[in-house]
Amino acid sequence: MQRQVALIKQSLFDQGYLDEQFMELEELQDDANPNFVEEVATLYFKDSARLINNIDQALERGSFDFNRLDSYMHQFKGSSTSIGASKVKTECTMFREYCRAGNAEGCLRTFKQLKKEHATLRKKLEQYFQASKR
Amino acid sequence: MAVGEVMRMEIPASGDLSVTSPELHVLAVDDSIVDRKVIERLLRISACKVTTVESGTRALQYLGLDGDKGASGLNDLKVNLIVTDYSMPGLTGYDLLKKIKESSAFREIPVVIMSSENILPRIEQCLKEGAEDFLLKPVKLADVKRIKELIMRNEAEDCKTISHSNKRKLAEGIDTPSPSSSSSHDYSSVKDFPSSKRMKSESENLSSLL
Repeated sequence: MQRQVALIKQSLFDQGYLDEQFMELEELQDDANPNFVEEVATLYFKDSARLINNIDQALERGSFDFNRLDSYMHQFKGSSTSIGASKVKTECTMFREYCRAGNAEGCLRTFKQLKKEHATLRKKLEQYFQASKR
Repeated sequence: MAVGEVMRMEIPASGDLSVTSPELHVLAVDDSIVDRKVIERLLRISACKVTTVESGTRALQYLGLDGDKGASGLNDLKVNLIVTDYSMPGLTGYDLLKKIKESSAFREIPVVIMSSENILPRIEQCLKEGAEDFLLKPVKLADVKRIKELIMRNEAEDCKTISHSNKRKLAEGIDTPSPSSSSSHDYSSVKDFPSSKRMKSESENLSSLL
């Protein structure tokens, strides 16, 4: 199973889903805290689901409060950076640029992509943590 | 301890701090639940006691600076270091820094600011207001270790200059009361880890960042 774990991890890095910050977090694990990264990931996905929901609602209302959207995205980008979620972070950055440009269409498009990347990362990390435990 | 000495930290003659120095108690302030988890882990690994709060307002409440409780506050453990995020809703890290430095009871506590944005005017503004250091997020273990060493070094210098001769103080160019004076520093308890004083000049602060 170790080999499968290594392969999953390698592909996550090779495909750019994760960056070195994820590795920094893994360095903080020890025998007394063997599930630290998984705990952080759980918090991240719970928190980001909340943010996604807030942003979805804000966009559905049709009123583009770019300041508020940017503020949500600042939080989203922050936590994505802390866990090493590289692709998600990139989408957050793009979304914020569209916010600053007042480009509603760009925001909608980017947000769709962001949700896709986020869902993919979630699935892959679930596989990774499951494989790590066997 | 000899009569007249007011230092609270035992410094052996060899100057080896790792054996006798008490743990730092760090108050970590961040509105992000993910970042709170990470900074807490980084600090625990660095052998610090950690209390995390989610806002500047909660931080002030914890310290007892919110006006309701007075300086004694809710905590029974003295805070030796505050690490705070800059961008937070309500009170920003900068606002919190200002309030700490304006308080006679807490201005000596070193404050470190964290931010995901590398904005030079922001960094300068924080240092000017008295921040000990500025960390770029994501914060790494090396950053935390460096900060801890900085704080411990400042504490050690405080204690040494209180208990050693004037010659040494002159050499370091630090203005402290002589050991023979009885009115030096009023620490509230024997167990207290003496808080850091702003002994360094501004230029020293900046050069340690470069």
